[in-house]
Amino acid sequence: MSTQILMPALSPTMTEGKLARWLKKVGDAVRAGDVIAEIETDKATMEVEAVDEGKIAQILVEEGTEGVAVNTPIAVLAGEGDGAAPAAKAAPPAPAPRPAPSPAPAAAVQTQAHTAAEKDWGAQAPITVREALRDAMAAEMRRDGDVLLLGEEVAQYQGAYKISQGLLDEFGPKRVIDMPIAEHGFTGMAVGAAMTGLKPILEFMTFNFAMQAIDHIINSAAKTRYMSGGQMHCPIVFRGPNGAASRVAAQHSQCYASWYAHVPGLKVIAPWSSADAKGLLRAAIRDPNPVIFLENEILYGQTFDCPTDDAFILPIGRAKIERPGSDVTIVAFSIMVGVALQAAEALAAEGISAEVINLRTLRPLDTETIVASVKKTSRLVTVEEGWPFAGIGAEVCMQIIEHCFDWLDAPPSRVHGLDVPLPYAANLEKLALPQPDWVADAARKLMHGAR
Amino acid sequence: MAQAAESRKRGKARASEPATEHLIRAYHDMLLIRRFEERAGQLYGMGLIGGFCHLYIGQEAVVVGVQMALKEGDQVITSYRDHGHMLATGMAPRGVMAELTGRSGGYSHGKGGSMHMFSREKNFFGGHGIVGAQVSLGAGLAFANAYRGNDNVSVTYFGEGASNQGQVYESFNLAALLKLPVVFVIENNRYGMGTSVERSSASKNLSLNGAPWGIPGRQVDGMNVVAVHAAAVEAVAHCRAGNGPFLLEMQTYRYRGHSMSDPAKYRTREEVQKMRAEHDPIDHLRAQLAEAGVDEAKLKSIEDDVKAVIQDAAEFAQTSPEPDPSELWTDVLAEA
Repeated sequence: MSTQILMPALSPTMTEGKLARWLKKVGDAVRAGDVIAEIETDKATMEVEAVDEGKIAQILVEEGTEGVAVNTPIAVLAGEGDGAAPAAKAAPPAPAPRPAPSPAPAAAVQTQAHTAAEKDWGAQAPITVREALRDAMAAEMRRDGDVLLLGEEVAQYQGAYKISQGLLDEFGPKRVIDMPIAEHGFTGMAVGAAMTGLKPILEFMTFNFAMQAIDHIINSAAKTRYMSGGQMHCPIVFRGPNGAASRVAAQHSQCYASWYAHVPGLKVIAPWSSADAKGLLRAAIRDPNPVIFLENEILYGQTFDCPTDDAFILPIGRAKIERPGSDVTIVAFSIMVGVALQAAEALAAEGISAEVINLRTLRPLDTETIVASVKKTSRLVTVEEGWPFAGIGAEVCMQIIEHCFDWLDAPPSRVHGLDVPLPYAANLEKLALPQPDWVADAARKLMHGAR
Repeated sequence: MAQAAESRKRGKARASEPATEHLIRAYHDMLLIRRFEERAGQLYGMGLIGGFCHLYIGQEAVVVGVQMALKEGDQVITSYRDHGHMLATGMAPRGVMAELTGRSGGYSHGKGGSMHMFSREKNFFGGHGIVGAQVSLGAGLAFANAYRGNDNVSVTYFGEGASNQGQVYESFNLAALLKLPVVFVIENNRYGMGTSVERSSASKNLSLNGAPWGIPGRQVDGMNVVAVHAAAVEAVAHCRAGNGPFLLEMQTYRYRGHSMSDPAKYRTREEVQKMRAEHDPIDHLRAQLAEAGVDEAKLKSIEDDVKAVIQDAAEFAQTSPEPDPSELWTDVLAEA
């Protein structure tokens, strides 16, 4: 059987090229892999190899010809025992153009129906956020032998911020493992281990250092399930303090919430209270996906009531109304929930009723709860410690514009950290981070605008 | 498809001197990779394969020789020049080729492409597009083996170009520190894209790059499948016995460009021709088999079988339908 040799493309964008040179002539025998011709574009030269063996029966395009369209037959190869008859095999058709991508199933992506109220877990007792995180890890490690903790100073030192206190004693060095200062390498290692089904909890001393490892978080952990057509998965938790601490300046004080919340394939959680920390960290560890768990150093030592039930766990993707109100919705996460509640207290004294929503999860965002609140209050203030541009506040505002624009009595308002690297000086640092009166002021402006 | 089915049944550890029948097997596997890649190059030229496409032609002895030293359960991970590794682990040529053409019959349903393919069944962990990333990930596969206390070994391939990445040395340190069962295989094909190893690496003997961490290393003729196999047997035994990592530098050569769109201005045609003419791993093995008394008809029948398998894979890859638009939204997250 004879086959046509077609003008090849050097790249997906090439449409035509020059047939620069024939290295074989009519009658020459060729083996698979033999170079038979050279083609050129303005960018490159490429050799054309024979894929079948046979004899060159016909050269259809002379060397030196410019503007030869891709897939044009350029020669005919006669197979074994074949006459030199010109080939009749038509060029295979190019693949049909893809149908236009269907729009995102937006409802499924961003919101779920939340008909059930949050479960009542009964008795509560005060514990610190630090203890809540430790208790969550210990509970999950007792429950599942595939859960382990890796990170700098997590074992013998008992945690740089003492989050892993006591875990080495209880679980031993096989499951609580000190890492060298090598975020890129140990994050890749933990992700690789997770691809086999282990469930590592990876502690970053702070999320600032995770920038060294962000390639593995995004390219290796978040995308692999999709790229493998669902074959691979990566059940891993990346956790550690995020955002400003106190007087540690620009390189140690950045909020990464919007960075990670941007990425499909990740879940992103930002707890505020001890109950958030415990209930959501347990859920994160059990989740089969890579989860970013953004803690806050200043919250570690704060005490909140937390359910004492051993089974206590919270659902990922559900926000919590921390304080109901009717005049303005204040949406916050992590340490800013406390700031928002202080602002709400001040506003109440002035007769303004603010509803404070603790997002808890940033991706998937609980748009439904925010929308329901704004439909009630008609005003929105978002609060975040991070920078404003392309931030979480910007996204929340956009969700509201898309879902309940007509309910708004005033443009949504953002309160955020100033758009500068965080300064060291005490006075400057305070000036750069959202304070309760910033939030209250923003709410007042919305109220006055309505009057 | 008998050959393809047979080639999937890889796995028994073999003695360090492979018997003739194993070399015949190796000849088949190397030829399968060569013909597969030639066909991939052709389909790329026809516009049926898009994006980046990095061919393995010239390096076949490396992956085939190493694979002969592995057993069921061992894991393989590599970079984006991955078609040969997938075929060597026994993945089906149809599924690999259909992924290259972006069709639903591909290993990733068309969502990964040439550089991102996986097979849990064959313990092939990708297929990674970021240079060097697979080295840390491969250490993680070995970490999981150590954690579970099994005797599986992770074989982690990377190029000499990747060997300049910082995470490679972070991974060497971790693997040595935690005594992880990982064979690091540097496929030194002499060029990281267009930059020769002499121009990119101050280290002149890459097999010594693990020495500061006490990782034993060997420099191996990567164009000779028997030499590759012998080195792999030693390395794998070292790791399986719990002695920590091992490093192999395979000295090999890629005939084709870095990717399909490579102007090839950084080396001479004569250099490539000389390697092809004098060091081709497949020609070399064929001659060795003929000398050992394997008759021509047997070799010819292998060649015919391979040709048929590749023809079948190429047809499948062109007729398998494009993925349904609904595939866009699947496999982003696992159900919690």
